[in-house]
Amino acid sequence: MGKYLLRRLATSVILVAVAASLAYLLAASSLNPRANYQGKQPPVPAHVIDNTLNQYNLNDKTPVLERYGTWVSGVVKGDFGKTWSGGSINDVMGRRIGVSLRLLLIGTVLGSALGVAIGAYAAVKQYRFSDRAIGVGSFVIMAIPVFVIATLLTMAATGLNNAAGSTLIEYTGEYNPALSGWDQFANRLNHLILPTLSLCLGQIAFYSRIQRNMMLDVLGQDFVRTAQAKGLSRRTALFKHALRTALVPAATYFAFAFGTMLTGATFTEKIFGWHGMGAWLVESIHANDTNAVAAVSLFAAVCVLVAGFLSDLIVAALDPRVRVS
Amino acid sequence: MTILEVNDLTVTFPGGIQAVRGVSYQLGRGEVLGIVGESGSGKSVTSLAVMGLLPAGADVSGSVKLHGRELLGMPEKEILKRRGKAISMIFQDPLSAFTPVYTIGNQIAEAVRVHQDIGKEAAAKRAVELLDLVGIPHPDVRAKAFPHEFSGGMRQRAMIAMAIANDPDVLICDEPTTALDVTIQAQVLEVLKTAQRETGAGIVMITHDLGVVAGLADRVLVMYAGKPVEQGTVEEIYYRPRQPYTMGLLASIPRLDRESERLIPIEGNPPSPAALPPGCPFAPRCPLRVDACDDAEPPLQHLTGETRMTACIRSHEIEVKGLTGAEVYPVPEPVAAEHIARPRSERATVLELDQLIRHYPLMKGAVFKRRVGTVHAVDGISFDIVEGETLALVGESGCGKTTTLQQIMQLEAAQGGRVVVFGKDSGALTKSDRKALRKDLQIVFQDPMAALDPRMPVGDILAEPLRAHGHQDIPARVAELLTLVGLDPDCVHRYPQHFSGGQRQRIGIARALALEPKLIVLDEPVSALDVSIQAGVINLLEDLKARLGLSYLFVAHDLSVVRHLADRIAVMYLGKIVEVGTVKEVYGTPAHPYTRALMSAIPLPDPQLERSRRRVILEGDLPSPATPPTGCRFHTRCPKRALLPEAQRQRCVAEEPAVVRLAHADDHGAACHYPEVTQVTDISPVEDK
Amino acid sequence: MRSKVVLRRLMAKQQVRFGLFGLVLLLAVAYVGPFLGPYDWTEKDFTSFLSAPSADHWWGTTQIGQDMYAVTLRGMQKSIVIGFLVALISTGLAALVGAFAGFFGGWVDKVLMWGADLLLVLPSFLIIAIMSPKLKGGTWLWFVVLLAAFSWMITSRVVRSMTLSLREREYVLAARYMGIPDWKIILRHILPNLSSLLIIDATLNVSAAILGETALSYFGFGVQPPDVSLGTLIASASGNQVIAYPWLFFFPAGLLVLLVLSINLFGDGLRDALDPGSNS
Repeated sequence: MGKYLLRRLATSVILVAVAASLAYLLAASSLNPRANYQGKQPPVPAHVIDNTLNQYNLNDKTPVLERYGTWVSGVVKGDFGKTWSGGSINDVMGRRIGVSLRLLLIGTVLGSALGVAIGAYAAVKQYRFSDRAIGVGSFVIMAIPVFVIATLLTMAATGLNNAAGSTLIEYTGEYNPALSGWDQFANRLNHLILPTLSLCLGQIAFYSRIQRNMMLDVLGQDFVRTAQAKGLSRRTALFKHALRTALVPAATYFAFAFGTMLTGATFTEKIFGWHGMGAWLVESIHANDTNAVAAVSLFAAVCVLVAGFLSDLIVAALDPRVRVS
Repeated sequence: MTILEVNDLTVTFPGGIQAVRGVSYQLGRGEVLGIVGESGSGKSVTSLAVMGLLPAGADVSGSVKLHGRELLGMPEKEILKRRGKAISMIFQDPLSAFTPVYTIGNQIAEAVRVHQDIGKEAAAKRAVELLDLVGIPHPDVRAKAFPHEFSGGMRQRAMIAMAIANDPDVLICDEPTTALDVTIQAQVLEVLKTAQRETGAGIVMITHDLGVVAGLADRVLVMYAGKPVEQGTVEEIYYRPRQPYTMGLLASIPRLDRESERLIPIEGNPPSPAALPPGCPFAPRCPLRVDACDDAEPPLQHLTGETRMTACIRSHEIEVKGLTGAEVYPVPEPVAAEHIARPRSERATVLELDQLIRHYPLMKGAVFKRRVGTVHAVDGISFDIVEGETLALVGESGCGKTTTLQQIMQLEAAQGGRVVVFGKDSGALTKSDRKALRKDLQIVFQDPMAALDPRMPVGDILAEPLRAHGHQDIPARVAELLTLVGLDPDCVHRYPQHFSGGQRQRIGIARALALEPKLIVLDEPVSALDVSIQAGVINLLEDLKARLGLSYLFVAHDLSVVRHLADRIAVMYLGKIVEVGTVKEVYGTPAHPYTRALMSAIPLPDPQLERSRRRVILEGDLPSPATPPTGCRFHTRCPKRALLPEAQRQRCVAEEPAVVRLAHADDHGAACHYPEVTQVTDISPVEDK
Repeated sequence: MRSKVVLRRLMAKQQVRFGLFGLVLLLAVAYVGPFLGPYDWTEKDFTSFLSAPSADHWWGTTQIGQDMYAVTLRGMQKSIVIGFLVALISTGLAALVGAFAGFFGGWVDKVLMWGADLLLVLPSFLIIAIMSPKLKGGTWLWFVVLLAAFSWMITSRVVRSMTLSLREREYVLAARYMGIPDWKIILRHILPNLSSLLIIDATLNVSAAILGETALSYFGFGVQPPDVSLGTLIASASGNQVIAYPWLFFFPAGLLVLLVLSINLFGDGLRDALDPGSNS
């Protein structure tokens, strides 16, 4: 087991390294930080621009591979370089990772738990009204992109707030810095509602669909019949034998669902004004900020691989057949 | 005392498909009722209907009484109290019948706790006791194992343990040994007998294997097209069948205990339940059909003055004339004379294996994949086949016969040893040599469903090899091939799924013949077919061999079929050949203890013989080919070794026996330090009854 | 024979009927609709900026006086074309890569699957977003190529695992033992037997591609002006304008949701009909 984990860790590190390098090279060749300094009034002298860019390792006159070399030597020492305006990437990242992870973790836990529960319920109630309602609901939600959901939620919140005459539900930012103590905490929670909802709904719909289908697959199998032949009622057989077994294939989708959520988080953060990694990605591409883009890519790669690893661990925990004896 | 009484049970599936059409039987305490029938005859559906486990769409009518209480229409709560307690069931495929994510012990304990008010600890203890009862070694450890960690035989034992957990009065066994190897089947059947002794339950034994029923059942019910066609005591059914289908079924099986002439096939196929013929459903295939058969379906009636029942308007006539299956069925034409009558030593060798070795890395885990050892799938085997000869390669699953055959078919260099095909070493072939050689070497697969591409019409399937090897005038050759295997040449545009199993296997044979090969590898060609269909395909294979001068390498596990079809036989165990020789010599005086056990494990379709003969029951499971035992690979399970003095026993563990020719034999060798020399009596020829 | 059975099974499902009806209707709206409207999408009505829906401008107008009806349908056409093209290319790519990797195994498999894994490590959204500045000024077809290039990996893994089991199927072995070349076996025996999966996948990929396109265009990483797509339209409607000028948002967003929903309903029903083993 330990040996396996080590090997797995090694391949993951290589994958992250290759993926991040790829992202850096792509970003370095397609983004143009110089544009930020050009066309200013009064114009900045060319040698000043060059100097500044050189200082931040962003000069497009330096060969890409040389810049890459500088970037790598920094990254391995834990220094992700400078933003186009000279700020420290590490500082910004330190602030933003927490913001993103909070959203992602809550989204994953709520989304998968609720989704699986709803899917299982629908499978048990197959073809009844509740199953159909859940089915239609999840299809509709899966057809709505995150940015539309988020926009709709914002509109609803505005409407509600206007109707109530006060701010019942917050829809911009993470918290109100003017508050403190419990008020601050409650305020933070309030700020979480809409982003979490917009991120979770899709996940819930996705998981409920998967879980329902997997359970229906399992329902027809011999061991559910065996369980009933023992004298268990259909309901018990379903919950004890079918649900548990159907969790295994559903768990394999965990990594995939996490990937889509990572993308979704970009929209959520941007629309609700959270200063997370996703929002940073969009801002830094628009700002031609190569090093920031590379840092976000690295973060994304690590997240995806951790999710993949977790997915495998969950499957192994659920299914004795894949465990090493 | 009747405990289970089924009356006029009918099951209709959505779409008006009548799977079961009026089944009635009674089962007494301690009695064994065998329900026999081919696939699709409705025997499994009957038992699921009795258990109340059919899917929601099925419409069940008639009556099922357990201890006099009607089960059909009983409230769910009441049924749950009985299901698994008064009446329980053993399913066919023990792998899919256990929930993969719970331990075996857990699942058995669950069965105990559903009906008995005892604690978790006590139930777990009871589960271990039950596992012990069904002969699982180290039951306390094995109870903590998951289903996938059990072998097939062990799983079926656990299934039995679960079924008898609450001392049921009725035990329904649905093909309980079909998925198992013969020696394991023999073990499981013993366990079933033990289970019956322990519980005193009445058993409903559903199977297609007439041998199993002959050894176990008191009474037999024969089903055809969803309806019982004959019912009687086991002696009546086996020795004096009075319904043409039963007569045909018994006449069509090849026998282990005698050399047989031509097999007698029942022509045609069972009718589809969606399109039954107007009168007797068997009439279209029946040799005794008269016009009156098409008027109405004959009811199951008592034969005059007897307790047994038949559903045939001519039963009385059969009884009076004392007709047998061999007499009423048209005897197929005899095999054409073989081209080659020269002695074996003068014939050319078509295939030679010399110390062939094939090892696989053993991988474990799906997610956490890693190599944990080496599977010694084939570990140095040698044999040869000459022109016009059939060699049967026999063994149970895991013995390496399939790997051997793949090594031959691949025509690539072997890991160790040599494969020589028509005098050419397969390791030294160029690409064009290999392609040319493929013309002479073809294969027929086991599963006629999987062997034909479902997306290709039959014409294209047969044309594919012809095109690949640049033949001209393909349509004519395709038509010729279809005629050769007894199919209508006009069916070229139909797809494989529109043919029955037997017909599909004929298409597979036609494809193998397309390039006029000299050697055909037959990979269990009839084991997936029903007995009545099987006979026809075996006859076809015999005819083709004689007419076209073919050689066969026949891979099989069914020793009865082998005895009928093969000239020579090689028995494999754990990647080694343990015995090889002519069929006559090997069946007459099997020298290796494994061969003896194998033969003894095959149930004979003859109640008296089956009940009276002495059985060798092997202990335990096949050892893992990843860690084969030292010395003789069979020594861990060898019944003979157990009887040897200690000094001699050592040799079995220390020294690996080679295949040596036996004294007084022309063509018979065995890999045993202490081979048997006596004749086997209980399967040698007996008088026809 | 089979196609008839499938068709009957397909049309028996309510969700398929809804999906198909919706899809046909939306295609008609997108391609026939523009001929019915009074304005061309390039026209600008300088007399009305940001006017609400009216008899003249059915769905209102934009900031620069474009007719929302004409522009939205134009954008929908683009989204549909992109969706179908991307689905076609990515499913084809997935089929080839997966089948070759699964059939040949060994180093071919290792290299191809390592490539797929690598592409899966970074979300495709991120990669395309990074590359988008290069696309500015180029044709939208490059965008199609990029979307397709980063959306085949998961399907190819499924195709590969199915190929692995098909490869051991006896009819494939039979073809091998006849001396049929490997590439012919893949084209003749493997891919046709995966057709159900591929058809289903291609269908669902259409909606995935449309969602991907709109998502990227929303941030300006996708379709570039002067081209419009549903994504760019929704993006330009967002922000604080949504409340004031809801028609800018609701028409493109509503059509997008309906389009994706129809395709998903149809594709999911197709799965049940073509591949009945996969579900109940």
